[in-house]
Amino acid sequence: MDNTSLFVVVLLAGLTLVVLGLGAALLLSPKSINFQKGEPYECGLPTHGTSWMQFRVGYYLYAILFLMFDVETIFLFPWSTVVRQMGMTGLVSILIFIVILGLGLAYAWRKGILKWT
Amino acid sequence: MKQPLELTGLISNLHTFFRSNLTPFWATVIEGALVLIAVLAAYAIIALALIYIERKITAFFQSRLGPNRLGKYGWIQSVADLIKILIKEIIHINKVDKVLFYAAPFFVIVSSVLTFGIIPFGQGLQAVDFNIGIVYILAVSSIGIIGVLLAGWSSNNKYSMIGAMRSGAQFISYELSAGFALMTVVVLSGTMQVSEIVESQRYAWNVFNGHIPAMIAFVIYLISGHAETNRGPFDLPEAEGELTAGYHTEYSGLQFGFFYLAEYLNMFIIAAIATTVFLGGWMPIQVQGWDGFNQVMWYIPSYVWFFAKTGVLIFFSLWVRWSFPRLRIDLLLNLEWKYLLPINLVNIIVMVVVVLLGWTLEDLFPIFRP
Repeated sequence: MDNTSLFVVVLLAGLTLVVLGLGAALLLSPKSINFQKGEPYECGLPTHGTSWMQFRVGYYLYAILFLMFDVETIFLFPWSTVVRQMGMTGLVSILIFIVILGLGLAYAWRKGILKWT
Repeated sequence: MKQPLELTGLISNLHTFFRSNLTPFWATVIEGALVLIAVLAAYAIIALALIYIERKITAFFQSRLGPNRLGKYGWIQSVADLIKILIKEIIHINKVDKVLFYAAPFFVIVSSVLTFGIIPFGQGLQAVDFNIGIVYILAVSSIGIIGVLLAGWSSNNKYSMIGAMRSGAQFISYELSAGFALMTVVVLSGTMQVSEIVESQRYAWNVFNGHIPAMIAFVIYLISGHAETNRGPFDLPEAEGELTAGYHTEYSGLQFGFFYLAEYLNMFIIAAIATTVFLGGWMPIQVQGWDGFNQVMWYIPSYVWFFAKTGVLIFFSLWVRWSFPRLRIDLLLNLEWKYLLPINLVNIIVMVVVVLLGWTLEDLFPIFRP
């Protein structure tokens, strides 16, 4: 079997595990209906309002920074497999690339994005 | 080399048996089903064993006995826990986002099973072997965080929301470090296929072959692996003192069990990938020229080597977990963005210089050359 079909088999294995497990649990587990049980588990008091609200912006800034470096990773992986054959050209060209990205990180650092106030 | 205990012979015999006795279609179907059952069985058995091992080792770290009632030394305890969690009621919460709430465990489990599939447990014991293996590992292992974010967001619970947000920030930050650390090894070995990476470490493990930069990458990978799996001193998404249980507060019964299972398996997967990439995977210890010694080492089957190396790393992870206090979220993110990431970027360049100037052990000493 080739890798793609084996990948599908492993994917099916994951889905089977969850479906079988939940199916067995639904068959075996007791069921009782009580409205109180469905309340969110917070502090024992009734919940105040919804939790789908505005959230701290710091997390999203980290997400944007992550995006920048993750795209860089995608560029770097093909390079890293062939750098042995490319020799010094590969090193110099990627050095420029990494320095530019490092400047990006330095900019974010200087602007105080990395500081958790 | 004689290898009497390997499973490669069994696998190829099964393959020829099915191919010769059945039509190609049915042979493929049966082989696929066998792979599916093998993956599921390995996943479940490793999870149960790990839960028991962790409880026992944790107990010894804290001068307790740990589980000791069911079976000798309590070895059957985690099976009993599995049965117990199966017969627990799955509570349906009133105000959740229904679709996302029930979809979240699927993402978490599927991601960890897919990553599990590419681990080479021994010679021929690898389900998927893409030639872009390392990218595949990074890609599928980050599907899990979608499940965690969905779980936290859809629960409509403030603790879950905060836990999921922390987990997301932590995961994506440390994902970068893990990726760069693995990339350092790709530079060293020149391939991304997992089986070839193992094969290239026949006489010199990568962590020794690339000496200084590889060791730095190894340490960084272990740190970011701990952080990615929300373990060790980095378990603040589910800091029980402040967030009850973090993103899976609202889950009950087996749905909670799936998050728990995935967490344990991810710990194993991180250790297994570190073994494969840095510590030679299933390769026995061998020395060029010492034929008798090599023969003795090859008698020990490859899966024993693999689990022994992985076990050492898992023990180390537990040791770290019970030795350090939990970090604060800003300290955690500082560690990644101000220390690990810049070190990593420099480290890759150092590794390229080492490789290009021929300073690896393989290049310096012919005895390590395969």
